[in-house]
Amino acid sequence: MPSLTDVMTADADLARAPGIRSMAAMGAAPADAFVDWLCRMGDNCLVLGHRVSEWCGHSPVLEEDIALANTALDLIGQTQLWLGLAGEVEGKGRTADNLAYRRDVAQFRNVLLVERPNGDFGQTLMRQFLFDAWAMEMLRALQASSDKRVAEIAAKAAKEVAYHLERSADLVIRLGDGTEESRARMQKALNVLWPYAGELFMADAVDEAVVAAGIAPDPASLKAAWDRTVSEVLAEATLVLPEGTFQHKGGKQGRHTEALGFILADMQFLQRAYPGGTW
Amino acid sequence: MGNAVLPDIQIVRHWLSQVPDPEIPVISLTDLGIIRGVEWQGDTLVVTVTPTYSGCPATSVINMDIEAALRAKGIEKLRLERQLSPPWTTDWITPEGREKLRVYGIAPPVDGTAADGRLAGRVARLAGTSNLTIACPRCGSTKTEKISQFGSTPCKASYRCTDCLEPFDYFKCI
Repeated sequence: MPSLTDVMTADADLARAPGIRSMAAMGAAPADAFVDWLCRMGDNCLVLGHRVSEWCGHSPVLEEDIALANTALDLIGQTQLWLGLAGEVEGKGRTADNLAYRRDVAQFRNVLLVERPNGDFGQTLMRQFLFDAWAMEMLRALQASSDKRVAEIAAKAAKEVAYHLERSADLVIRLGDGTEESRARMQKALNVLWPYAGELFMADAVDEAVVAAGIAPDPASLKAAWDRTVSEVLAEATLVLPEGTFQHKGGKQGRHTEALGFILADMQFLQRAYPGGTW
Repeated sequence: MGNAVLPDIQIVRHWLSQVPDPEIPVISLTDLGIIRGVEWQGDTLVVTVTPTYSGCPATSVINMDIEAALRAKGIEKLRLERQLSPPWTTDWITPEGREKLRVYGIAPPVDGTAADGRLAGRVARLAGTSNLTIACPRCGSTKTEKISQFGSTPCKASYRCTDCLEPFDYFKCI
């Protein structure tokens, strides 16, 4: 698969050879691909966690406000684990905070789905459901990772995501199979977000390198189980799958929509204005 | 340090059993089951702690509380280690801890009921339901209903008793 210039372009054999140092001209060594992949895992959690936290104090009912804030908290906690490990593997002394606050848009590796604006409550829940259903399969598979640290983080996060998924699926069903108004909003949310779900299952050279090393599953291998969960829940919610096949992509390689810039402007303000500030 | 007598591990564990959880102060860190190891490595005391939830804001406070409590007992060389695996489970909350939760007004976890995220085959039963029978910690009635999967902290869900009408927290199984 052709890759972009700002991403490691790992030749599969090179990627498997141990001890090869990264050089732009040579393509990626496994460690670079591993760090990049860890940033993808961490950035998905970070950006979605930030998005969900934007609801704090604005949710339709108090219980949902609390549930959203708690979901965001879990995601930010998982971010610390993934980005913490990314910094450790990279070995240049960068912490999870450094990675979260001191990278710009093009260095972020999250899928475009998670940076989509919150929209209404239905859109936020639909985005959460599509993501949770993927995260559940991913974290299940990662518990068999060849890297013990990855397996441990996945085992921890899977317990939390199981509750996220049960909640988001429950609410998608209740609102989809709800009133005329709530059903229309959920169908609209699905139509808007559907073209962003496919990126979760697209592989590039980074994925190929971590798959070859036994660190992570092939993204496409998660698709069947995801399809099963999603189609079952959407059918129960009386929602209709959009027919289009177009899928947005690029987030995993650092090509983002304008939405991410606004998120970072908000999230990174303090560290930009007062570098290294602590309390 | 050479001649100093190092306190016995059982004594250190007893000290830790008196350190309250910062968010639910009726139970101690040992009741909660998050102290995974206490040992002397040479003359350094190593305490291994596992987080409840990965984003739990109490984690750093817990570490500070452990350090403060042990320093107050005269421990000089101390190291705290984080252990992720095996991940914390509510099964590790002690029987005494569960009873303290109940008296405090939080329904203790029902073991073996953790969400597993496997929705296939039970999607139709998912919406708005709970297959759990949670007894109201105030009046003991089992006529209760779930209000929300998440309560005042990530580790709790919100429930309501339909007999005494009181809302309450349920410490959910994980």
